[in-house]
Amino acid sequence: MLFQPAIIALLLASGLAVLMLAVAAPFAVQVIRRWDIASGSELQLALERRTYLFSTLLGFVFAAQLGALLLFVFTADRLSVMFVGAMCAVGTLNVNGYGFAALLTQIGVFFLAAMWLTINHADSQARDYPLVRLKYGLLLVLLPLLAGSFWLELQYFRGLKANVITSCCGSLFSGEAKTIAGEASGLPAQPAILLFYAALTAAVAAALVHWRHAGRASGYVLAATSGGAFVAAITGILSFVSLYIYEHPHHHCPFCILKPEYDYQGYALYLPLFVATAAGLGAGALQPFARIPSLATSLPRLSARLAGVAAVGFSIFSVLASYFVLASRLRLLE
Amino acid sequence: MHPWLEKQRHLIDFTLAALARRKAKNIGLLAAYALLVFVLASLALFTQALRKEAGFVLAASPEVIVQRMVAGRHDLIPPGYLDKIGRLRGVQKKEGRLWGYYYDPVVSANYTFMARPAEEVASGSIMLGATLARARGLQLGNLISFRSYAGKLFSFKVAALLSPDSELLAADLVLLSEEDFRAFFDYPAGHYTDIALSVANPQEVRNIAAKLANALPDSRPILREEVLRTYQSIFDWREGIVLTVLAGAILAFALLAWDKASGLSAEEKREIGILKAIGWETGDVIRMKLWEGVLVSLSAFLLGFVAAYIHVFYFGAAIFKPVLQGWAVLYPSFTLVPAVDGLQIATLAFFTIFPYSAAVLVPIWRAATTDPDAVMR
Amino acid sequence: MIQLSAVKKAFNQGRPNEYWALHGIDLAIEAGRVTALRGPSGSGKTTLLTLIGCLARPTSGRVRLRGEDISGLPERFLTEIRRQTFGFIFQQFNLIKGLSALENVILPAFPTGRPRAELVEKAEILFDQLKLGHRAAAKVEWLSGGEQQRVAIARALINDPAVIIADEPTANLDTALAREFMAILEGFTAAGKTVLLTSHDPLVVESSAVHRVVGMRDGRLVDA
Repeated sequence: MLFQPAIIALLLASGLAVLMLAVAAPFAVQVIRRWDIASGSELQLALERRTYLFSTLLGFVFAAQLGALLLFVFTADRLSVMFVGAMCAVGTLNVNGYGFAALLTQIGVFFLAAMWLTINHADSQARDYPLVRLKYGLLLVLLPLLAGSFWLELQYFRGLKANVITSCCGSLFSGEAKTIAGEASGLPAQPAILLFYAALTAAVAAALVHWRHAGRASGYVLAATSGGAFVAAITGILSFVSLYIYEHPHHHCPFCILKPEYDYQGYALYLPLFVATAAGLGAGALQPFARIPSLATSLPRLSARLAGVAAVGFSIFSVLASYFVLASRLRLLE
Repeated sequence: MHPWLEKQRHLIDFTLAALARRKAKNIGLLAAYALLVFVLASLALFTQALRKEAGFVLAASPEVIVQRMVAGRHDLIPPGYLDKIGRLRGVQKKEGRLWGYYYDPVVSANYTFMARPAEEVASGSIMLGATLARARGLQLGNLISFRSYAGKLFSFKVAALLSPDSELLAADLVLLSEEDFRAFFDYPAGHYTDIALSVANPQEVRNIAAKLANALPDSRPILREEVLRTYQSIFDWREGIVLTVLAGAILAFALLAWDKASGLSAEEKREIGILKAIGWETGDVIRMKLWEGVLVSLSAFLLGFVAAYIHVFYFGAAIFKPVLQGWAVLYPSFTLVPAVDGLQIATLAFFTIFPYSAAVLVPIWRAATTDPDAVMR
Repeated sequence: MIQLSAVKKAFNQGRPNEYWALHGIDLAIEAGRVTALRGPSGSGKTTLLTLIGCLARPTSGRVRLRGEDISGLPERFLTEIRRQTFGFIFQQFNLIKGLSALENVILPAFPTGRPRAELVEKAEILFDQLKLGHRAAAKVEWLSGGEQQRVAIARALINDPAVIIADEPTANLDTALAREFMAILEGFTAAGKTVLLTSHDPLVVESSAVHRVVGMRDGRLVDA
C-alpha cells in the first residue's frame, strides 16, 4: 500500500461513513419493528426524533461520498507518476482490478444515497410518514453496499505498489514491470455520437413529459432514460467529447478534463450530468408510492420538480458538450 | 428572494449572533481547530514545495545515468567504458561525469564537488551554491582554500554563485574544472564517476535502459522518471508518517469538538427550547447548528491555512524542517517557491472538516430534539 | 375551535416514576373568546396548554383543531400548525438574552422564510401598538418586567396567529402592569383572536375580559 495522505483521507472518510451507518443500524431496526404513528407513547416520540438523526446522517454520508469521489479521481491522477505507463488517472485505476470497480461502486452509492434522500424528502411531506419502514429497510440495504465500496477501495489501495528504486537492485523495474493500460478506450466516434445524442434527447423528452404530467409511467421512463443517458454521456465523453477538449485524436480520458490545463471544463460537464441523473433517478424512485393517499398531492409535485431539474441538467450538459466539440480545433469526422 | 434562501439567511444571522454571544467558548474551539489546520497545512505545503523543488532540479538532470557496479557496490567508470556503450539509437548525447563529496571541517558539512567542462569553469576558479557561500561568508571574486584528502591545500577564486532557483539541491554544490577536480581528489586519469545520457523521446528511455543492461551487465542505469517517482514516494511516505503521528491530534480534536457540541450550557439549552416553543422545527435547529459548524470550520480553515502559508513560505517551515527535509548535513536555508495545490487543500479539508462534522453530528441532533414544551415546565 | 376528548398525558411512561398529569379531559374552546384555566400548581393546566398549543402530543385521546384531528401528528407538522395558529406568552417571558427586542420579536418568523424587511416592518407596527417603539433596539435584559412582557406579546403576534396562549401571564407583574395586560387582552378579543390562559390570579379570572373560567385539579376538570 502507498502511504499517501490523500489515500489515508479517503480510507478514513469512507471507513467513518460505514462505521456511522453501522452504529445507527440497530436503531433503524428498532424503527422498523416498533413504529406506530398512531401512538402517543414516549417510545414512538423517541423514534420520531431518531428519524431526524438518520436524515442528517445520510445527508452527511451523501456529501462525504461526493467529496470522496472527487478526491479519489484527483488522487488517482496524482499517483500516475508512480506507475510505469500510467499517464493519468485511468492508468492508476488500472494498476489492479479493484480500481475501476471501486470508482463505479462509489458512483453507485452516490446515486443510491440521492434516491434515498429523495424518498425521505417525499415521506416527510406526508403527515403519516407512510414510507418509514421501507425507508429504513432501504437504509439497511445501503449499509452493505457502503461497506462493499469501502472494501473495494481498501483492496485497491492495498494493491498499489509504486515502481520505485530500491537500494539493492537499483532500477529496471521499468523494463520488467508489466505495462498497464494507461489509456481508456471508447467506442468509435460515429456510433458514440449517435448514441450520445439519442440517449440525451430521450432523457430530456421523458423529463419534459413527466414535468408536464407527472404520470407514473413517465416517471419510470424518466428514471430509465436518465440511467441510460448517464451511461451514454460517459461513453460519449470517453469516445469523442474528451478528444475534442484535448484536441488530441487518441487521448480518451474522462478525468483529465477536470484538470486546470483544460480550464476545468470537466466540472461544467459532470456537475449538470450528475445532478440531472440523480434527479431523474430520484423521480423514478418515487413512482411506486404515487398511489399512497397521503402522498397523492405532494409526490407528483416533487417528482415533476425533479423532472424539471433533470431536463435542465441534461440540456445544459448536451449544449456544453456540443459547444466544446464545435469550439475545438480538432476534426474527427469529415 | 426565494423563501428557502431567505430562511438560510435568517439562520445564518441567528448563528452569527449566537456565536458572538458565546465568544469565550467558541474562541477556544476555533483556536484548537485553527491550530490543527495550521499544523496539517504546514506539513502539506512544505512537502508540496519540496516536491516542486525536487522536480525543478530533476528537470535539468539527464534522462539516464549509468553507474558501474563492482561486487554490488557503485564503482568508478574505467577508461574505454564509454566507448563500449557504442551508438544507441535515440541517445542524443553521452558524457562521463565527475563528482564527489568533500567534508569541510570549518562548517562541519559535506559539499558536492562536480567537474564541468573547461569552457564553463576556468581552471583555478569555482562556482558554488548560494547557501554554501552564505555559510562561508563568500562573495564573488573572493578566494577560498580547501585542504584535499591527500593533505594538500588548494585555493580557488569564486567565479559565480549558482542561481537559487533550485536551492534545495544546489545548496552544497561546488562546480570546478575537470583538471582541478582530478588534481584535488587525485582522481585516476580516464576514470569517471558515472555516465549521463540525454534521450530526446521519453518513450524510448526504457528501451535504451534495457539495451544498456544487456550490453553491459555490470552497469546500473538509473532513469530520471524513476528518481522522480522515488522522490515523490519518499515525500509522500514521510508526509504520511508525520500525519499518522498527528492522527492522535486529529482524534483529540474530534473529541474536543464532540465534547463542546454535546456539553451545551444551560443557557444554550434554554435558547433551543425557546426556539422550538415559538415555532422552530427540529430540522430548522439542526440546520442552524450546521451553519454554525460551517462558519466555524471555514474560519478555522482559513485562519490555519493562511498562518501555515506564512509559516512555510516566509519562515521556512521552522517546525517541520528537521523531519521532512533531507539527510544532508548542510541544510540550505532556502526560501521555498510558493506552491498551493488543489488536491492538498481537498485532502486537508478531509482531515479536518470531516472529523469535525462527524463528531458534532450526534450532539447537534441531540440538542435539536429538545422537547418543545421544556420551557413550560 | 378546539375540541379535546378523553385526553390523557403520562410522563416517564413504563418507568417506576410514571406520572399521569392528565386523566381524561373533555373540553371545547370557543373561537373569539377568552378562556381561563384555573387551578393550583400541579393541577395539570400547563400540561393541557402544551397539548392544545401543539407543543406536545397526548398519550391518548384526541385533540381537534377546527375539526381536524391533530393528536397523532408527528412533531414536524405540529410545529407547522403551532407556528401558523398559536402565539405563546410564557410565564418567564423566555426572551433570548443578548438579542435586541426587535430580534426577539421576529425570531418565530425565521423558519417561514419571509424577507427580513417585511418582518421588521411588521414588528415595528406591533411595537407602536404596544408603546414599545423607543425600546426596539435595546437588548432584552435591559428592559423592565413590563417591557419584557410586551416584547413577549409582540413576539407571540408576529406570525399573526388565531389563538394566543398565555401561561400565568400576570405572575411576574405588579397590579398596575397586570391591569395593563388585561387591557391588551381585550384588544385581542376585539381583533377576533381566541385566547387561552392559565392563572390563579383573581385579578385575571374575575376580570370582565375573561369570558369563561375552567377549573382544574389533579389532572381533571372541576367546576369553577
